[in-house]
Amino acid sequence: MSALLELQGVTAFYGAIQALKGIDLTVNEGEIVTLIGANGAGKSTLMMTICGTPRARDGRIVYDGVDIHAMPTHEIMRRRIAQSPEGRRIFARMSVYENLLMGAYGREPAEATETMAQVFTMFPRLQERRDQRGGTLSGGEQQMLAIGRALMSRPRLLLLDEPSLGLAPLVSKAIFAAIKELNRTTGLTVLLVEQNAIQALKLAHRGYVLVNGAITMQGSGAELLARPEIRAAYLEGGH
Amino acid sequence: MPGTMRDALKDAAISALIAFGLFGAMVGLPTVTGPGGKLSLDPQPLTVAIIVAVVFVGRLGMLLWQGRPKAPPKPISAAPSRFQFARIAGVVLLAVAATLPIYGGRYMIDNGVLVMTYVMLGWGLNIVVGLAGLLDLGYVAFYAVGAYSYALLSQDFGWGFWTCLPLAGILAAFWGILLGFPVLRLRGDYLAIVTLAFGEIIRIVLLNWTSLTGGPNGISGIPRPTLFGLKFTNTDDPGTFAGFFGLEPSLTHRAAFLYYVIFALALLTNWVSTRLRRLPLGRAWEALREDEIACRALGINVTVTKLTAFAIGAAFGGFAGAFFATRQAFVSPESFTFIESAIVLAVVVLGGLGSQLGVALAALVMIGGGEVFRDFNEYRMLIFGVALVVVMVVRPRGLVSGRTPSVTLGKGVHIGADMMSQGHG
Repeated sequence: MSALLELQGVTAFYGAIQALKGIDLTVNEGEIVTLIGANGAGKSTLMMTICGTPRARDGRIVYDGVDIHAMPTHEIMRRRIAQSPEGRRIFARMSVYENLLMGAYGREPAEATETMAQVFTMFPRLQERRDQRGGTLSGGEQQMLAIGRALMSRPRLLLLDEPSLGLAPLVSKAIFAAIKELNRTTGLTVLLVEQNAIQALKLAHRGYVLVNGAITMQGSGAELLARPEIRAAYLEGGH
Repeated sequence: MPGTMRDALKDAAISALIAFGLFGAMVGLPTVTGPGGKLSLDPQPLTVAIIVAVVFVGRLGMLLWQGRPKAPPKPISAAPSRFQFARIAGVVLLAVAATLPIYGGRYMIDNGVLVMTYVMLGWGLNIVVGLAGLLDLGYVAFYAVGAYSYALLSQDFGWGFWTCLPLAGILAAFWGILLGFPVLRLRGDYLAIVTLAFGEIIRIVLLNWTSLTGGPNGISGIPRPTLFGLKFTNTDDPGTFAGFFGLEPSLTHRAAFLYYVIFALALLTNWVSTRLRRLPLGRAWEALREDEIACRALGINVTVTKLTAFAIGAAFGGFAGAFFATRQAFVSPESFTFIESAIVLAVVVLGGLGSQLGVALAALVMIGGGEVFRDFNEYRMLIFGVALVVVMVVRPRGLVSGRTPSVTLGKGVHIGADMMSQGHG
């Protein structure tokens, strides 16, 4: 397997506070990799650092053989990396259709139409709500919209930040099923950040555990699920 | 098709009613100064009747010519009918505005020019504030740049209005970009403060750079615009408008001409901004207003998107400024104080952020209304202030709030005001 994304010794700062302390992480082509950790461990920062805001201070972020860590955000995102950001961040006053179109920003209109049809096949609810304002959707539908919007750019690598946030268990299960299906049928590479560690580790091929801005453990999903310290910290604890 | 005819008649009657409401008092009840400086009302029922009749016949003709949609759209909620109302009101306003110099006197035309200037400024600022969600309190700076560009270019190089107009727009856009760079990272209150300062800086520079701008004395003798080289003067010499067409020389011609110039400029502003809204760039502006981080995550170049909003908004401010200079034949820093920015922003907010029709209505009410109430002298600003407060209490999202998607696959679903957040949230 070849690495699609490779982070080597990446650090990031918010002012004087170090949020990431030398992260080494690899995501291979076609894999689902999950990043679990407590609140404030730096999961979302890591996702945003891959996209260039905040910018990595040291280290290298190699995507598809190219070091992208110094590139402007919009150029990184044009290299078929897409992010469904934390908290969904859909455009509340714009319709579902317009939200999806924004995902295809800078792409050919014909390509956008085709991709949108695929997104609608995957999430029929979005098609039903096509002309509805994004802000009036339910939480689960908004999450579908956020993922659908990210898929509109036809990414090779999808960065998913807490897709189950604030969703009913049944709904988040459906979202996870959709991610799995997507990975299985299209070979889409996914880097998934989750607090819901059980679901995430069950879904993922491999996982990393992030504590205070540093990676403390890694291994296959099943392996991590079996580790007693993981169980204690993330599965049976307060999360 | 009796049903079609009845619908059309009903529609036209509603249009006529709106026209009557809008213009009954404004056109029909002008004040005149009688002997001894006493003010009295001079009712003009005939003029109003003509306007209403023109609107009625025009709307009826339009509907019949188009062959009236077979079935009126089923009102699912209150929103579609409001949307239709907006369209009718837009057509009525346009018709009345286009024919104003025909039925209006000199005073009306001059007021029309003033209102239209603010409509244009409002539409220009609407791109920045309403669409891109960047709160700009220094919009008057671009108005000033446009006005002084024309004033200086005509003085120093002897260039005419039509040559300088695009240059004024380009220079203002350039200043828009220049302002845009340092404020790229700012939003909301912080952005407002910096743009406010920018507006003041421009004014103070104009005030103090005496060798170039004449300082507080301003620049006078700015040439008037010409129509394909024909001048508008009080004589009928060859080379003048009146002389060429063999008309009785009258300065009203110039007023009417100026009116049509600003009318065309305002329509251009409207056309460009409604077109841009349907393009990816315009959608990116709106997305930027909604959520900047999401925009970054989608690979939108936020820098370029913000700067284009600043530049295009500023360019229209520049056009309006050049027009202002040629209309007044005189510019001085006094015309570009903060209150101008505030009025234009009030027009945009009052009209409903992002709404083209709302801005036009708000400019009409605020500027035109202000002129109507001029006779109340010192109470004018009081009435104005009270009206502002009342509007914001009754309609906190502006006169015409709500948003229609810029693209749809099927029929557009208008998003009603009740679904909108207040301000630019």
